[in-house]
Amino acid sequence: MKTEITEQHTMSVLVDNEPGVLARVIGLFSGRGYNIDSLTVSETEHEKHLSRITIVTTGTPMVLEQIKNQLERLVPVHNVIDLTVKGRSLERELALIKVAGKGEKRVEALRLAEAFRARVIDASTEHFVFELTGRTSKLDQFLALMIPLGLVETSRTGVGAIGRGPEPME
Amino acid sequence: MARKMTGAEMVMQTLVDQGIEHVFGYPGGAVLPIYDALFKRNDVQHLLVRHEQGAVHAAEGYARSTGKVGVVLVTSGPGATNAVTGLTDALMDSIPIVCLTGQVPTHLIGNDAFQECDTVGITRPCTKHNYLVKSIEDLPRVLHEAFYVASSGRPGPVVVDIPKDIQFAEGTYENHSNVPHKTYKPRAKGDKQAIREAVELMINAKKPMFYTGGGVINSGPVASKLLRTLVKMTGYPITQTLMGLGAFPSSSDQFLGMLGMHGTYEANMAMHDCDVMICVGARFDDRITGRVDAFSPNSKKIHIDIDPSSVNKNIAVDIPIIGDVAFVLEEMVKVWRARNPELDKKAHKQWWKQIEKWRARNCLKYDQPKDSIMPQYAIERLYALTKDRDTYITTEVGQHQMWAAQFYGFEEPNRWMTSGGLGTMGYGLPAAVGVQVAHPDSLVIDIAGEASVLMTMQEMSTAVQYNLPIKIFILNNEYLGMVRQWQELSHGGRYSQSYSEALPDFVKLAEAYGGVGIRAEKPDELDDAIKEMISVDRPVLFDCRVNKVANCFPMIPSGEAHNKMLLADEVDEENIENAISDEGKVLV
Repeated sequence: MKTEITEQHTMSVLVDNEPGVLARVIGLFSGRGYNIDSLTVSETEHEKHLSRITIVTTGTPMVLEQIKNQLERLVPVHNVIDLTVKGRSLERELALIKVAGKGEKRVEALRLAEAFRARVIDASTEHFVFELTGRTSKLDQFLALMIPLGLVETSRTGVGAIGRGPEPME
Repeated sequence: MARKMTGAEMVMQTLVDQGIEHVFGYPGGAVLPIYDALFKRNDVQHLLVRHEQGAVHAAEGYARSTGKVGVVLVTSGPGATNAVTGLTDALMDSIPIVCLTGQVPTHLIGNDAFQECDTVGITRPCTKHNYLVKSIEDLPRVLHEAFYVASSGRPGPVVVDIPKDIQFAEGTYENHSNVPHKTYKPRAKGDKQAIREAVELMINAKKPMFYTGGGVINSGPVASKLLRTLVKMTGYPITQTLMGLGAFPSSSDQFLGMLGMHGTYEANMAMHDCDVMICVGARFDDRITGRVDAFSPNSKKIHIDIDPSSVNKNIAVDIPIIGDVAFVLEEMVKVWRARNPELDKKAHKQWWKQIEKWRARNCLKYDQPKDSIMPQYAIERLYALTKDRDTYITTEVGQHQMWAAQFYGFEEPNRWMTSGGLGTMGYGLPAAVGVQVAHPDSLVIDIAGEASVLMTMQEMSTAVQYNLPIKIFILNNEYLGMVRQWQELSHGGRYSQSYSEALPDFVKLAEAYGGVGIRAEKPDELDDAIKEMISVDRPVLFDCRVNKVANCFPMIPSGEAHNKMLLADEVDEENIENAISDEGKVLV
């Protein structure tokens, strides 16, 4: 079997906010063996009952085309945009990061947090909780730096994404 | 016009407003209000099956033979779980089904109540869409939406799960059958530019090939007519998938037979060697392609399909056309006529000459000994004696199914009902029940195997109850034949659990059900027995004792390229052993 090159894409899925819609999307991915690298979902337009699901997934170009078409086939799905294909999309993720330690390590953690523009949202003499927003790679980088400084716990939201420019997702 | 009524009455009113005349079902605690509403009216006939799987297969047979939506009504819990096989079958073969399931009352949902199961959770991956109705206000819209979703675009099964308190609740009913759907709007008309490009490619083809499937039949009788027009206009060869048989007449010289794992040698060789492939409503399934990297390597491929997710799934194509087959073919015929093209007659003559060489290989040939009935012979005789009648054929799954596809000729669409995608043993008998309900005066035959038919044998009782004179033509070789064939090919002939031990006496079994039993054991008895079967106006179990060791050829061994077929006259013990590579053995 020849191995094909895989790519990571970010897709935005606009869905009717009805019971079970997330289960349909997740079931599609698990049932057909697609990857989910990150998934976020929240209601975005209350009056229209619309939710937006942002999925980061990895696959060959043929599989990525399948994922888009399979998602569009789901009855409560309005539309699916492959933001990576459209290009120049904005992606952000938020992380809450708990770092415990004393002395020089604690000071170093705070210094790095300032350099990364993380906010301190909880602190004691023995710990910090940082809030950090940015691209996934920035979060990964910060977390890697925190490991030797006493990283004890992380909570990440997954990627939210939106296209640039004045037009809405079409 | 808005009217006050209960949820159960809304169910019945929706069926009537949707033009539904027949429902296949089985009552139980959680659907009693609907059965009560049914009892009070006489414009919908309910057919009581003996198992919920049978209800779905019967509805599938009904739907496939009429083009209408098949309707199923079952209770909660085991009623719903028993329907799952049928729903999955309908999803795989794109059959429009609406399955109404009862559910425990809303306040008990999630409490592990008696006969409760998470029906929408269980059926989510095996339906096109499903609903749990938690408010009486939603019920009329959801019911009508279910019919719309089931029958539009690529058809499929839809489940509506209705809690018992919603069935009792009173609300306002409105006929929503013409209300457009918020999100689900499948594209029907193909892109005109793509169609023009496709026709241009077809005109310049030197070795063209039509490859058509179940999508043509799902698109309706007009699509079959247009396909015939287009294929005749071009003069090009055509092959059909298992699901597509009948859209184009098998008696035509342009038809090369079915393609795929047990298709004809000429169809598969032509698919491999063609330079332009015109795929119409088929999906490049693994039974068709064989090893994908060796599939038709030198052809430009046109793919017409209503479902965008069918395109570029298994095989990358050059010109995808998303749309309903009938619309796209109509446009193609128009463009072709307007173009009035000069074709490369010399190249086509050469191509047909090559095809005739493959045809001359006579890949379906078999020897008929004096003392035992070959299964192929049985089907040939059945075809000869029934082809001039108004006949519908269903099948179970296995060797008999492939022989039926190879040896029974289909001239019209909607005459052939078989479980293609899921391969559900036990499909044929209940499907025949459904077909006979839709066509009470036609001859409906289930070509069966003795193992498959025992999986849903209880539906004989349904056939007897409603005077449905279905004919169950069992090719009885006392084996799970296809399992045995694969054990021969890839497990050294160790026939693990594939012998049909302790079979019932099918003649006595038929009589026990109140039907008629007929047996044929020798070739010279066969014709008379088949004629007797046709003449009986009651359900028949026909025990046709066939040669026990016959295998189904030709065959693309699994894991092989589609031009590397194993032909019957090449088969000996040694190449049976080596037919399937270790890589192929992993495949199904």
